[in-house]
Amino acid sequence: MKEFVPAGADLELKNIRKEFPGFTAIEDLDLHIPAGEFFALLGPSGCGKTTTLRIIAGLDEPTSGQVLIGGQDVTFSKPHERQVNTVFQSYALFPHMTILENVAFGLRRRKIEDPLAKATDALNLVELGHVAQRRPQQLSGGQQQRVALARALVNRPSLLLLDEPLGALDLKLRRQMQIELKAIQMEVGLTFLHVTHDQEEAMDMADTVAVMNRGRIEQMGAPEVLYERPKTAFVSKFLGQSNLFVGEVAETSANSLSINVAGSKITVPKERAEKQQGKIAIGVRPEKTMFHRSKPAESSSVNLLGPGQIKDIRFTGVSNQYLIEVPNVGDITVFAQNVGISPVIELGEQVWVSFNVEHAFGLLDLPVGDEE
Amino acid sequence: MAIAAFGSSQPAKTSGSAAKRAGVVAWVLLLPGLLYLTMFFMVPLVSLLVTSVMAPDPTGAIGVFNYGFDTQAYAHVTVDYLPQIMRSFGYALVATIVALFISYPLAYFVGIRLRTHPLIQKLTLTLVIAPFFISFLLRTIAWKQIFADDAPAMTFVRGALHLDATFHFLGTPGAVVWGLVYNFIPFMTLPLYTSLERLDLRLLEAAGDLYATPAAVFRRITLPLTMPGVISGTLLTFIPITGDYVNASRDFLGSPSTSMIGNMVQADYLQNQDYPSASALSAVLMAIILVIVTIYVKRAGTEDLL
Repeated sequence: MKEFVPAGADLELKNIRKEFPGFTAIEDLDLHIPAGEFFALLGPSGCGKTTTLRIIAGLDEPTSGQVLIGGQDVTFSKPHERQVNTVFQSYALFPHMTILENVAFGLRRRKIEDPLAKATDALNLVELGHVAQRRPQQLSGGQQQRVALARALVNRPSLLLLDEPLGALDLKLRRQMQIELKAIQMEVGLTFLHVTHDQEEAMDMADTVAVMNRGRIEQMGAPEVLYERPKTAFVSKFLGQSNLFVGEVAETSANSLSINVAGSKITVPKERAEKQQGKIAIGVRPEKTMFHRSKPAESSSVNLLGPGQIKDIRFTGVSNQYLIEVPNVGDITVFAQNVGISPVIELGEQVWVSFNVEHAFGLLDLPVGDEE
Repeated sequence: MAIAAFGSSQPAKTSGSAAKRAGVVAWVLLLPGLLYLTMFFMVPLVSLLVTSVMAPDPTGAIGVFNYGFDTQAYAHVTVDYLPQIMRSFGYALVATIVALFISYPLAYFVGIRLRTHPLIQKLTLTLVIAPFFISFLLRTIAWKQIFADDAPAMTFVRGALHLDATFHFLGTPGAVVWGLVYNFIPFMTLPLYTSLERLDLRLLEAAGDLYATPAAVFRRITLPLTMPGVISGTLLTFIPITGDYVNASRDFLGSPSTSMIGNMVQADYLQNQDYPSASALSAVLMAIILVIVTIYVKRAGTEDLL
């Protein structure tokens, strides 16, 4: 049996394609995850992220392409031959074994010395040493989840796969587990690949996030970069919210370009625009959008729209969400910190909407419904 | 004991009258079952035990016995029928093991491999129980014809294996075990299928992910989790086989040298009219089965899975 290194290995997917009868789950996926990184694969259900995970674990075979772990081609090796462990969405704890035996299972299969002591250590790491002799069905969901994590971690795999492991937990436990998971990853230094549909979870925990849609990776990068500069309409809407404006490029200057939206000029810096000509979409985040009761002075560094009407106000505690309908432009969402005394404005009032040119981003594609 | 536990376990928690009502409901629901068991199990059992200790009539008339407490029938059957008793349990053991080795792969295939094809799964399951559509006796007679010395099948086997013309299969222990396995295989396959069909395949994937080879996955996960099916399957075949009197009968696949307990009970009861011996032999058979099953279930240690 190969020696397992107590450090992460890098993962490389080359041209992975997976076809099922009737549909293609993954289309030509290329991915490189450096050793020791916390990587999140984010996407809606059915986007192919779980299939990708199963291919890496060896539970499914790709139709074409290669899987390399630590530089070694493992595309056709069986799950038990890979230095990879998975924390399953269903936890998949063995009901006929004690918690301790569940955790020691992988160690025993590889004939590692002193499996019970190592399993006990792993259980202590997830603060469950006291339930070692119980059966899985006697534990709560959160506890089972941590046992599943300990059972995978104890093997010190070069790559740990997490298949929406927090999906079944309630919000409070979920937040707590996110913090613990991140702390454990920092402590053990393994490569984590976390599959999730929760964008907050992905941004909070991962060093790098890849947003997946319809079997492809739409964009990949640090959470800040993804949020600040989404490249596609899907990413801009899936990772946080966005106000998108679509129009033909009307004006181009040395470092900016503008589109015309129902008589208003919307400008984006050239270096923040993925596409420089034709019909393009420009977006801005709702929290970087402001509204004004009176028309502000026009400026070349500010995009101004309006007047429009306040259509909806949603009070969410720390911030308020306003929905403003601007004729011929559509609905614009504005998030404003709840710093004054609510309400600052009434439904139906007339307002102008503005945002800084430097906060705008130009997309590569157009939102659904605006495609040519 | 189980009935008492069910009828009286609730009152401790609930209030008095509600508890009393729950107890009454439990007894009413149990009544048909209790009546049935009393009439068709307890009464015949007592009658059997009483008959087994009856004394022969002093006149020595055949088939006439008087009530009493005479244990000579037990002494007679345990000594004179020891070969048949040993043979019954030997045949049952071999047939059960053979049936298990045939049924497990079959049930695994139908219950796990065919999950993705529900229609084929149902059809295959129907094929497993299809023999039941034909009478047990007819099926066994059919085997008798196939195994007959001058039948084409036996001629072929003799030719293929270069056996001399005196070789015969009918009437040998092999033919009896063959018939037993054939006739009882559905009773083994169905419980196995039931436990394999509801096995959570994600557990098998998880075990593979945790470095278990396919053989280790089977030994550590699949087999332990389907043990309830193995236990019920083996009990449902082993117990009826020990009492079977059709396959081993000389009218079917056996010969006088393959007689089992059932054949001796039949002979004593219907031909010799020695009712106490027939009853005593039945009681001995029941006692041995009871001991074997108790030890087996305890040893298997699957209480928490059942």
